[in-house]
Amino acid sequence: MSDERRAAIALEHVSKFFGTRQVLRDVSLEVERGEAVCILGRSGTGKSVTLKLMISLLKPDTGHVWIGDEDIAQLNAEGLSRVRRKMGFLFQSAALFDSLTLHGNLALPLHRLTHKSKAEIEETIERVLGEVGLAGDKNKMPVELSGGMKKRAGLARAMVLDPEILLIDEPSSGLDAITAEEIDDLLLRQKILQKTTMVIVTHDVRGARRVGDRFAVLDQGNLIGPCRPAELEHHESEIVRKLVAEH
Amino acid sequence: MKRLFEFVGEVALFGFRVIVDAFRPPIEFGQIWSQIYDVGSRSLPLVAASGLALGVVMTLHTHNTLVAFGAGARIPEVQSVAFFVEIGPLVAALLVAGRVGAGIGAVIANMRATEQIDAVEALSIDSFKFLVVPRVVACVLVLPLLTTFMDFSGLLGGYFSEYAVSHMSVRLYVTRAFTNLDWANFVPPTLKTAVFGFIIGTVSSFFGYTTNEGAEGVGRAATNSVVLASLLVILADIILVRCIFLVFPESAI
Repeated sequence: MSDERRAAIALEHVSKFFGTRQVLRDVSLEVERGEAVCILGRSGTGKSVTLKLMISLLKPDTGHVWIGDEDIAQLNAEGLSRVRRKMGFLFQSAALFDSLTLHGNLALPLHRLTHKSKAEIEETIERVLGEVGLAGDKNKMPVELSGGMKKRAGLARAMVLDPEILLIDEPSSGLDAITAEEIDDLLLRQKILQKTTMVIVTHDVRGARRVGDRFAVLDQGNLIGPCRPAELEHHESEIVRKLVAEH
Repeated sequence: MKRLFEFVGEVALFGFRVIVDAFRPPIEFGQIWSQIYDVGSRSLPLVAASGLALGVVMTLHTHNTLVAFGAGARIPEVQSVAFFVEIGPLVAALLVAGRVGAGIGAVIANMRATEQIDAVEALSIDSFKFLVVPRVVACVLVLPLLTTFMDFSGLLGGYFSEYAVSHMSVRLYVTRAFTNLDWANFVPPTLKTAVFGFIIGTVSSFFGYTTNEGAEGVGRAATNSVVLASLLVILADIILVRCIFLVFPESAI
């Protein structure tokens, strides 16, 4: 691909099948650097699949997924590892390593992927845990954390390497309104202060409006949009209007 | 039938990948050490207790018969040969298959079900090298050690049982136990358990790593790991015993 590619993330005519079931149909999407794009949609429409394609946890059956100038589906293990180092991923379930403490969860990528000294690693962990409000919980095991704390811990792990791109899967699912708002605040701060590119998959339209610059809607594997927040209520697509009206 | 061949092929390729990745840098020394400790500490009490009990029971069973044939003095020798050549290696492997194999299958399957393996990959870490290879290597390294523990626990149990009947001294028991025991009766059977360890680690990791059935798959992975690993250990034992006889003819009893 050309060196002129500017978007941080680009999906080009991506389709994805699971067996005979087509989950994504010819999806194209560009996310500019420093931009936050929210992907909305009903359950089972392929939102999480889209996110996993962006970090190559899944491969597209057709089409291309570009991270900067690199088609990640075509990269070898070394190249993929290099690209992934620029990315952070918050899983819907947080996916904390349950055999490690919160500190261990954050220390693992720092030990393996950076050349930081032990003191620098400790300082980084303290700083990131402080940012997500978990500074006093670093020695807890994941099983000791509440749902909201797990989400924040997962976000801390996703941010610990200061990624250029954050992929966030359902940041507020299963959380009360106040905790969900705290998570949104964290994302907003990350976007403004660090200029981090974000793709957020969510059901929470109110939260998405706070953090997102543009919105896309997935409906039966088809991507609608992206569009600006103000265009949502009057969008030509009925499913977009319905999704917004539900909130 | 086709599905069976596909399955065998998948497991074989998985095992081949383990061997290749075990020697491909970077070597996960920290993870390997942690798994050695985990596998060893989880299995040692079970292996030692089982060896002790088996040693007692075996002497109880053989004592009267050997005495009736005027071979009471050979009880320690029978005990040591039986444990070092076959009982120790096979029973230790089956115990580890049950204790550790189920654990490995369940832990990795749970990590798959809760997206922890995806999280490892998302952090630019090779999940296969990080999670599977250290567990298999740990099984390969630890099983010969556990087998040795099993052998000596069996001898100790045999001694307790014999002492209760004949008050034989420790010194005499040990002398008789090791007089006719050759290195060929100890080294090859003990080293063959490294193969058993590879089978247990590979099979149980395979079921855990390749599951895609969510929480239900965790239980299934644990059960399948134990069943198939135990079966393959027994089959491998038959083949390895024949191989040992070919290479060390003097080890044939």
